[in-house]
Amino acid sequence: MTNAELIAQDPGWIIALKGVIIFAVCVVLTIMAVWGERRIVARMQMRLGPNRVGKFGLLQGLVDGVKLALKEDLIPKAADRIVFVIAPIISVTACFMSFAVIPLSGEVNFFGHKTAMQLTDLPVGVLYVLAIASVGVYGIVLAGWSSGSTYPLLGGLRSSAQVISYEVAMGLSLVAVFIYSGSMSTSEIVEAQNQWWYAVILFPSFVIYAISMVGETNRAPFDLAEAEGELVGGFHTEYSSLKFALFFLAEYVNIIAVSALATTLFLGGYHALPGLGFTEQWLGGWFTVVWFFAKVLLFFFIFVWLRGTLPRLRYDQFMQFGWKVLIPVSLAWILVVSTLRVMSQQGSSRFAIMSFTFAVVLIYFIVTTFMEKSKKQLQEAAIVKDSAAPNFPVPEIPNSKDRAEQLNG
Amino acid sequence: MADELMPRSNENGLEKANESKAPITNNEPATFFKQLLGFWVTFRTMFQKVNTVQYPEVKEPTAPRFHGRHQLNRHPDGLEKCIGCELCAWACPADAIYVEGADNKPGEQFSPGERYGKVYQINYLRCIFCGLCIEACPTRALTMTNEYELADNTRGKLIFEKEDLLGPLRAGMVPPPHPMYPNTTDANYYRGEVPNAHPSQGVIKND
Repeated sequence: MTNAELIAQDPGWIIALKGVIIFAVCVVLTIMAVWGERRIVARMQMRLGPNRVGKFGLLQGLVDGVKLALKEDLIPKAADRIVFVIAPIISVTACFMSFAVIPLSGEVNFFGHKTAMQLTDLPVGVLYVLAIASVGVYGIVLAGWSSGSTYPLLGGLRSSAQVISYEVAMGLSLVAVFIYSGSMSTSEIVEAQNQWWYAVILFPSFVIYAISMVGETNRAPFDLAEAEGELVGGFHTEYSSLKFALFFLAEYVNIIAVSALATTLFLGGYHALPGLGFTEQWLGGWFTVVWFFAKVLLFFFIFVWLRGTLPRLRYDQFMQFGWKVLIPVSLAWILVVSTLRVMSQQGSSRFAIMSFTFAVVLIYFIVTTFMEKSKKQLQEAAIVKDSAAPNFPVPEIPNSKDRAEQLNG
Repeated sequence: MADELMPRSNENGLEKANESKAPITNNEPATFFKQLLGFWVTFRTMFQKVNTVQYPEVKEPTAPRFHGRHQLNRHPDGLEKCIGCELCAWACPADAIYVEGADNKPGEQFSPGERYGKVYQINYLRCIFCGLCIEACPTRALTMTNEYELADNTRGKLIFEKEDLLGPLRAGMVPPPHPMYPNTTDANYYRGEVPNAHPSQGVIKND
């Protein structure tokens, strides 16, 4: 039975219980993720990180949460009170909701029922995730606007511009997956990766998705919205106490959600590593959950690794990268993938497919060579330009006679 | 012993930093794959020894000449070296030292000679540990220890009185006030010619 059929038979109490479990797992993962991130980044900087609260500092995230909850809850006078309160709720709800369609396991025995650890299976599951992610942007933009302050407004605008532009690239990178799996349902996409993970056969898509998911979640090196030197705290500058905690929670749940989606779409979801398929039967199928979270945590580690390694991008570079590199590249890639797909479906000869692939590779090399050449020319031109007068208005340099007159009256 | 007291910072400190200060000869931006090597740097660092010192549990010795809390020293017979001249207070750029001198009574001396420091306060909320007071002191009465744990929860507790600053009474000393060593002047004390207390000065501490 497929996951969709299994889930369709769920009685109400199982659905409710699954919802609670997903919520609890997300919250616990967030708490542990905060601790894990701080420990890992610390090691990358030759520090130890939080190690005081509980064994290895494991309770650090929990204690931080309690501290946040006990803080004074401020609402600025200039803020729009209702929107100010609603914004973090929208943000955090959207993040949790995208988890509903993620298949966490294959067929398992759940209190005597045969089911799969997936809340619901929509035929357009991935589109649903994208839609919910864009609802989450409302949380950011409303928080920035309702704070009634300049920096949050600028931060909110930046974040929303960033999330929206990277969502385009993200959506485009998923198209190739849809074309290959022939479905937008998450569980069917996982099943379609039985033989080959899409991270392998659709490698460019995977890379584009991986980059855009970092941009989506406002994480380093794309955490421009939180550029402390420019914008204080970004859209959540005016937030404190539990409302801030909600944004914090939303950020981390979002990271886990995009990692889970990446796992589902590109790394074979809850399936075991190739060659370890027998482990999927362990614990009555529950071992697939372990595989799933192992992959999610791998992505999370990469998030932390990026943060520990790369400096923050400049805003214009970041936007240029998104619109001028990621989107065109994924468009071209979709063109190639769909052509190949149509060719193989219509029974073209192997020679035709091979020659098409060869042509694509050839065109790629020619285009990149030309681009490198023109880039070099531009750089050389820029050097010549630099040595001449600056191209921005500068105050006139007074000649020495005028200067003397000015000084002596 | 001396090796143990050397601060650990030399391990990854200036010497190592200087080693890597090779002149930069290539101003070209690195290639993409060269830039990716940065990821290896952070990954490799994860498995290196951390620099963190688990402070309250593990205390590393300071540098030998670290500027810590002050100490008012004593002569070998237990008399205080401080003569209440206030030069330290005048030298202090942060106005952290307050001194009130008073006359010694013959036979009940606190310090050799005419005057002693009756009130001696250092305000550690103001002190910047520059050491100018130590340079100013004409009798070597004021020196600095390596003690750096100077935090407290009220302002009052951080104004150290004379009792807090005085060095301990060691074996062979007599707690002042007491007479000077027989047949000596303050000049003998300053030249270090008084090796220890004389029985005529009072009950000698012996532990």
